[in-house]
Amino acid sequence: MSTPRPSSSPPLRSSDEQARRDPALTGSHVDYVLGLADDALVSAQRMGWWISRAPQLEEDLALANIGLDLLGQARSLLSHAGEIEGAGRDEDDLAYWRDERDFRNVKLVERPQEDFGVAMARLLVLSTWQSELYAALQRSTDPTLAAIAAKAAKEVAYHHDHARQWVLRLGDGTEESHARMQAALDAEWPWVEELFDESHLDPALVADGVAVAPSSLREPVLRRLEDVVRAATLAVPDVPPRVPGGRAGLHTEHLGRMLAEMQHLTRSHPGATW
Amino acid sequence: MYGNDFTAPDGPRPAPSAGPGDAPPEPASFLAVLAEGGRVEPRDEMPEAYRRTLVRQIAQHAHSEIIGMQPEGNWISRAPSLRRKGILMAKVQDEAGHGLYLYAAAETLGVDRADLLDQLHDGRQKYSSIFNYPTLTWADMGAIGWLVDGAAIVNQVPLCRCSFGPYARAMVRVCKEESFHQRQGFEILHTLSHGTPAQKAMAQDAVDRYWWPSLMMFGPPDDDSPNSAKSMAWGIKRFSNDELRQRFIDMTVPQAEVLGLTLPDPDLRWNEERGHYDHGPIDFTELFEVIKGNGPCNKERMAHRVRAHEDGAWVRGAAAAYAAKHEQEHVA
Repeated sequence: MSTPRPSSSPPLRSSDEQARRDPALTGSHVDYVLGLADDALVSAQRMGWWISRAPQLEEDLALANIGLDLLGQARSLLSHAGEIEGAGRDEDDLAYWRDERDFRNVKLVERPQEDFGVAMARLLVLSTWQSELYAALQRSTDPTLAAIAAKAAKEVAYHHDHARQWVLRLGDGTEESHARMQAALDAEWPWVEELFDESHLDPALVADGVAVAPSSLREPVLRRLEDVVRAATLAVPDVPPRVPGGRAGLHTEHLGRMLAEMQHLTRSHPGATW
Repeated sequence: MYGNDFTAPDGPRPAPSAGPGDAPPEPASFLAVLAEGGRVEPRDEMPEAYRRTLVRQIAQHAHSEIIGMQPEGNWISRAPSLRRKGILMAKVQDEAGHGLYLYAAAETLGVDRADLLDQLHDGRQKYSSIFNYPTLTWADMGAIGWLVDGAAIVNQVPLCRCSFGPYARAMVRVCKEESFHQRQGFEILHTLSHGTPAQKAMAQDAVDRYWWPSLMMFGPPDDDSPNSAKSMAWGIKRFSNDELRQRFIDMTVPQAEVLGLTLPDPDLRWNEERGHYDHGPIDFTELFEVIKGNGPCNKERMAHRVRAHEDGAWVRGAAAAYAAKHEQEHVA
């Protein structure tokens, strides 16, 4: 982590200015964008599992659609991270040739989600957080990040609506679905707090107006989540948060296997184009 | 056709059509529409056997779309670039959409989608034989797009003019997207065959494995295709199995040359006299084994589909219960 810069630093507006600034800050800027990119990429990978396995055909379509949106966000963010880094790495270099200790996603998104209730609980959390994040990031002093956020905000509003509708149906559906939805929320909730963790974020990025302070999203995200949970006749889980660390490349044991599968073919053919 | 509207010689025949002597007369209005080359619409009079044939064919076509999501879905998590991953996800999503159009078309004939799915799940209705082959390498995504979707297009384009309006209109939309998928498949193979030696070998291997099964998608030879005559008289089918197969071969051979790949048939050569490519004999015993359930992946495909349906029962139940509750609230 770099030394925090004084908050009086002027906002950085052009890539020329970015290139001239403190290399440590550039490094943390890359890490910040990579974190958001990896959240989207890993979520897309998990969502892809559902295609051909959804409870009904309409849902196969919807989940594929959401997965595609997330993949698109990941591609834009990874490309941008590669540009800021300036080392010639493109989206595929960053997706396929980094190991799990270099991935920056939160642990929320990397665990398997092979129960529909879990998938919807997680999508509700992710989309609520992403919608608050992207709304704020549209004002980022990094113009590319602001533009990516503006596009993503529209997609994420759709994801949130979809997840919210399902949490309502499952929570307020049958006795079985109510119990399963509650169990899913209970399982996801310990991983929510990491979204607001800023121990791995360079405060200078927030001071420069590049990044959104994760802690500033905590109150609106939790309030919106709790509103949906109560409307679904469910209880807001009262569970201790899990230890953060994903942003520093400290993951659960699930990520390594996911990357082994995702990266295997590409890594078997170094230098090939597809 | 795409949905395998044919059976193995010793398998159960689809609903036997009555002989010409004892069939009820076909309604005059129906015969008039056929004679004019018009479209039969859901509220029009139609012979019961016509209706049943269409239900079977459209349902099996729909089933093929949704089972067909599996062999390609198998590579979504492993696609070798993010661009390819996105294209593959979009393609499998399109297939779900095609399934939806087709179930909707079948439902205009007075059947219920849930019943059709039950018939798929318990084996009373079939899906295309081609989806019982495994996808073993990334190149299979190219071979499926180029050959399997290519064969599907040749089968389906004439269905855009089929006598039953809802099916014909669904096919117009499906064919547009299939053509796009076919080009994407071609592009995957083109990239591989112009890539590293390992990539080129991967592409050739995929084409070697998918060539004959793609030719079998057109069904048995004309002299062994008992349902064809009636389907042609009714304007459901426009060309025979062998005619369509020949059209596909004639279209595909020059494309293979552009790809720099060979087709695994030593007898394949241009016949100046006929103006067509001659090809070697097709071993239809393999097709009939696959149709009977003995192909490489029949059991896996059905188990996957049934598992998804059963695992999702609680979700569908919840959606129905929620809808019922909130409808009551509106009434109250």
